[in-house]
Order: sequence, then structure tokens, then C-alpha cells
Amino acid sequence: MGGLTIICGHYGTGKTNLAMNLAIDRAREGKSVTLVDMDIVNPYFTSSVYADILRENGVSVISPLFAGTNMEVTAIPASMYSIFDTADEVIIDAGGDDAGAMILGRFSGEIKKKGYEMICVTNMYRPMTADPNDAAEMIRGIEAVCRLKATGIVNNSHLKDLTAVSTVTDSLPYAKAVSEAAGIPLLFTTVPRGLINGMPADEYFYPVDVYVLVTWEKGARICRQ
Amino acid sequence: MPEKVLMKGNEALAEAAIMAGCRHFFGYPITPQTEVAAHMAKRMPKIGGTYMQAESEVAAINMVLGASAAGVRAMTSSSSPGISLKSEGLSYLAGSDLPALIVNVQRAGPGLGGIQPSQADYLQATRAPGHGDFRMLVFAPSTVQEMVDLVADAFELGDRYRMPAMILSDGLLGQMMEPVVMDTNKKINTVEKPWAVTGHGDKRKHNIVNSLYIDPPNMEEVTRARYQRYKEIEEKEQRCEEYKTDDAEIVIVAYGASARISRSAVDLARKEGIKAGLIRPITLWPYPKKAILSRIRTAKAFLSVEMSMGQMVDDVRLVVNGAREVRFYGRTGGMIPTPAEVLNELKNIKGELK
Repeated sequence: MGGLTIICGHYGTGKTNLAMNLAIDRAREGKSVTLVDMDIVNPYFTSSVYADILRENGVSVISPLFAGTNMEVTAIPASMYSIFDTADEVIIDAGGDDAGAMILGRFSGEIKKKGYEMICVTNMYRPMTADPNDAAEMIRGIEAVCRLKATGIVNNSHLKDLTAVSTVTDSLPYAKAVSEAAGIPLLFTTVPRGLINGMPADEYFYPVDVYVLVTWEKGARICRQ
Repeated sequence: MPEKVLMKGNEALAEAAIMAGCRHFFGYPITPQTEVAAHMAKRMPKIGGTYMQAESEVAAINMVLGASAAGVRAMTSSSSPGISLKSEGLSYLAGSDLPALIVNVQRAGPGLGGIQPSQADYLQATRAPGHGDFRMLVFAPSTVQEMVDLVADAFELGDRYRMPAMILSDGLLGQMMEPVVMDTNKKINTVEKPWAVTGHGDKRKHNIVNSLYIDPPNMEEVTRARYQRYKEIEEKEQRCEEYKTDDAEIVIVAYGASARISRSAVDLARKEGIKAGLIRPITLWPYPKKAILSRIRTAKAFLSVEMSMGQMVDDVRLVVNGAREVRFYGRTGGMIPTPAEVLNELKNIKGELK
């Protein structure tokens, strides 16, 4: 059976963009990948909005019922259960904060049985989690409602198109402090692909592309279902 | 906290209101403005403020009226259908000469409509936010940073002119993330409120805040005085941004998210040799008439780009007054125009100008 990776964290930290990158990178390695959009608390900027990009890159997508419509009764479809007996690599893109992670609790029994990694995404430039202790508290709140344990932290500190090498390197002490305060290992720090060569050699950086864009942003292509 | 932070439009707006001295928020949840209320719910208790989720939009706006009458900076936020519910209270605020910040994170209408972004409440905001003879200040930010900056101005101008002020946002601006500087050292410009009902301990004549006038001649007089203030506002407070309009043959007029799209379209058009420019109204009332008037001499045509079936285009036509052709391009129902679509429209107009 394939692995299960859950992406959760404070809203606006870049969970969807990270989930899309991990899914597309694994698909490019030749793996079969399914991405589950589990954000049923906010219909904007979810991975379902960018489902066309995922599918073009060979990733299967499970979206909430009525995603992309004006129906705000987003609910998890029955096909969600396919992730518990698939050979695919599965990535779950959860909604923001504890409110967005709560739906995971509904599946926590099955998730534990299957085995999982749960990545908490953090971003130093988000004011409500700029203090490492607040970031750690956010993680504990998420763990409590979804009844699962975070297994790793990803430092996704960025300032969108203003992200420079120093934007990322300045966040390294913060990322370590969050990891220490939460008692959860730091897995890696993301960096926009174009900046990867400017990064110090003694840290683990993961290059990412930016998929989550608005219509007027460079290279933007908003897809609708 | 780092100097530059990454914030969602709604969240930044709420924090900016706190920075502007607002300690009283009354609201009711609705997509896509919910983060404004959610942020206030988290922050207000920590800073000694009041966050109240009212039983309805109607109740919330009337709580704003009560708080404002007591002289404090108060606000409410909602999205389109919720703003319609608030229209009675808005009219009472105006009739009582009370300041307040009203936020509309627009979604598609009419009716329950949809939860995707829209600019179809332009006429409601600028023409008839409620019944009766009155005006409301309307600000239209187009970036998260500007959202932050305009909140302080909306509170200040509302206080100074004693009238409600609206931030007219939309689902896209409210939900998108952008880097922003939250200047916590910025001075809060407060305005004396000798009219506030704060208790007088028998030391002065008591104040009355009220929108009922028993005597028609008196009411006419009060209304005329209010319109003198509006005239002063129209003279002094028009705001807009111009982009590449100096030599523009075709001037796009667009606000908010549509202006971001139009700006990209202007750049695309310039690459194809079309002299396009953009006037971006920042105040929708007062409307930036002066800037548009000054472009009639150089422009051959105007194009209003909106996320509606054509509402602000009426204002452009009123200013241009037949001197030049005024065209419209828009998407509605929660659909967002693309820069390519606007470019195509510019090409069509260019073709007809030859």
C-alpha cells in the first residue's frame, strides 16, 4: 500500500502550494499519486481550484462535493474511502487552522490503521504564528481536533513574489524554534526553485514552484471545474 | 514580528481597524468576509475590545450605531446579501450624522447569488446604500497594503465629516494573500466628538443623537447642511491612481481587483503598440471626476472594466458626458475577467478608432 501524507497548518501558510508540489514531484518520479482536497472550510484558493494543473501532471484529485460551485455545503465524497486501500501515494491537503483540520478527526481511526505522516506547515511571515510559541500552539490545536499527531514541520516562510534568498535564510532560526517548541522534527525548508542555488549548503531545502496564483499574477492560470 | 508580513485581505483589514483604534466590532458571519470577524473574535478579547456576533446583520449595524453614538470607533463587516440587510441601519447612521466603518466583501448577486467575487454592489454603495437623502464615503482598495492604509483613512474621514464610510472589497481581494507592512507606530488621527452621548454629569447640556425630525422645515435645513459637507467632500477628497495615461488613446477605468487585471492588460497592450492607460478610482464616492475630465483631451475612448454587468460605467459616462465614446467590458456571477479578455477588448476598440 502507498503512503499517506497529511498537510495541515495555519491558514495562509502555503499548505495547498506545498501539497501540489509534493504531489506533482512524486508523480514525476513515476509514482501513482492521489491528492485529496479536504478543505471544506474556505472555498477560495483550494487545490480543487487548481485541479487541472494537477491532472495535467498525472495526479488524481479527490475534491469535496460541490467544489468550484456556489454550494457552500462542501462535503467529503464517498470516494475518500478509496484512499484506505489504494496503492497510490496519497496526499491530503487539509483546511486551515484547527477548524480546517477537524474533518480529519472523522477519519482518524482509518488513517491510524493505514499509517501516516502529518506535516504541519509554518510561515514566519504570517503574523498569528510569527512567534514560535504561537506556531507550536497552533500545531497542538490541530492535533487535538483531528486526533492525529504531527510527525514533521515544514518551514514554508515566504513573502510571495517578494521572496528573496534572505527572506528564506532569515526564517531558519524561527523554523528551528518552532520545531523545538512543538517537539516535532523540522523536515525541510521550502525555497522558490529559482533561488535554490543561493541557499547555504548545510540545511535541507526543498525547491518549489508557485501554482497558487491570482489571475493577474505572472504565469497565473486559474482553472475552473 | 518581521517588518513585512504575509496577510489575507480580510485579516489585514481587521488588524488595520484595530491599529486605527477600533475596539468595537459587531458582525454576523457570511462568506467571503468571515475572516474579518474571525480575526476580530481572536484579537478583541486580548486588547480589551468588544467582539460581538449579533443575532443578525440588522442587529449588528444597530449595535454599531449605538457604539458610534457613544463616540467610539465602531465597525461591521459583511458580504453583499448581508449589506442589503444593513441598509436600514446605514440610513439611520447617516440620518444621525454618525461615523462608522462598513466593510462589504462583495460576492455575486442578486439574491443569495454566489460566494465568488463580484463588483455588482457598486450602485448600491455609491447611489443608495439606504433610503433617504444621503451619501456615504466609499473606498476601493486594490491591494492588501492599500486595504490596510484605507481603513485608517475611512475611520478618520468618517469621524471628520460625521458620516458612514465603506470599504468596498470583493471576495478575491479579501481572500488573497499579499506581503504587507503593518506600521504599528503610525499615529492615529482622532477627531474630537463633542456631540457624543457619553454622560454629562449635569455639567453641560445633554447631547441627542437621533434621525427623527418632527418639523419639516428643520429637517430640510439639516439635510441641506449635510449636503454642504458632501459638496466639500466632493471638492477635497477625490482620489485615484493613474497608470500610463499621459499618452493613452484608450483609457481603462477600473477599481479594486478589476484594476489589477486591467493594469496587466495595459502592459500587454503596450507591447502590441496600443497606447492604453488606466485610471483607478480609489474613492468611488466622491467619484474622481477631475482625473477623468482631464483625460478627455488626450483619450479617444474610455473603457470601464468591472466584475458586474456595467455599473460604474454610468459614472464614467456622466463625467465624459458624450465627449468621447465610453465602452464597457465585464464578467459577472462570480466570474473574473482575464487580462487577455481585456486586451482583446482594447484591440477591438483600437480597430474601430482607425
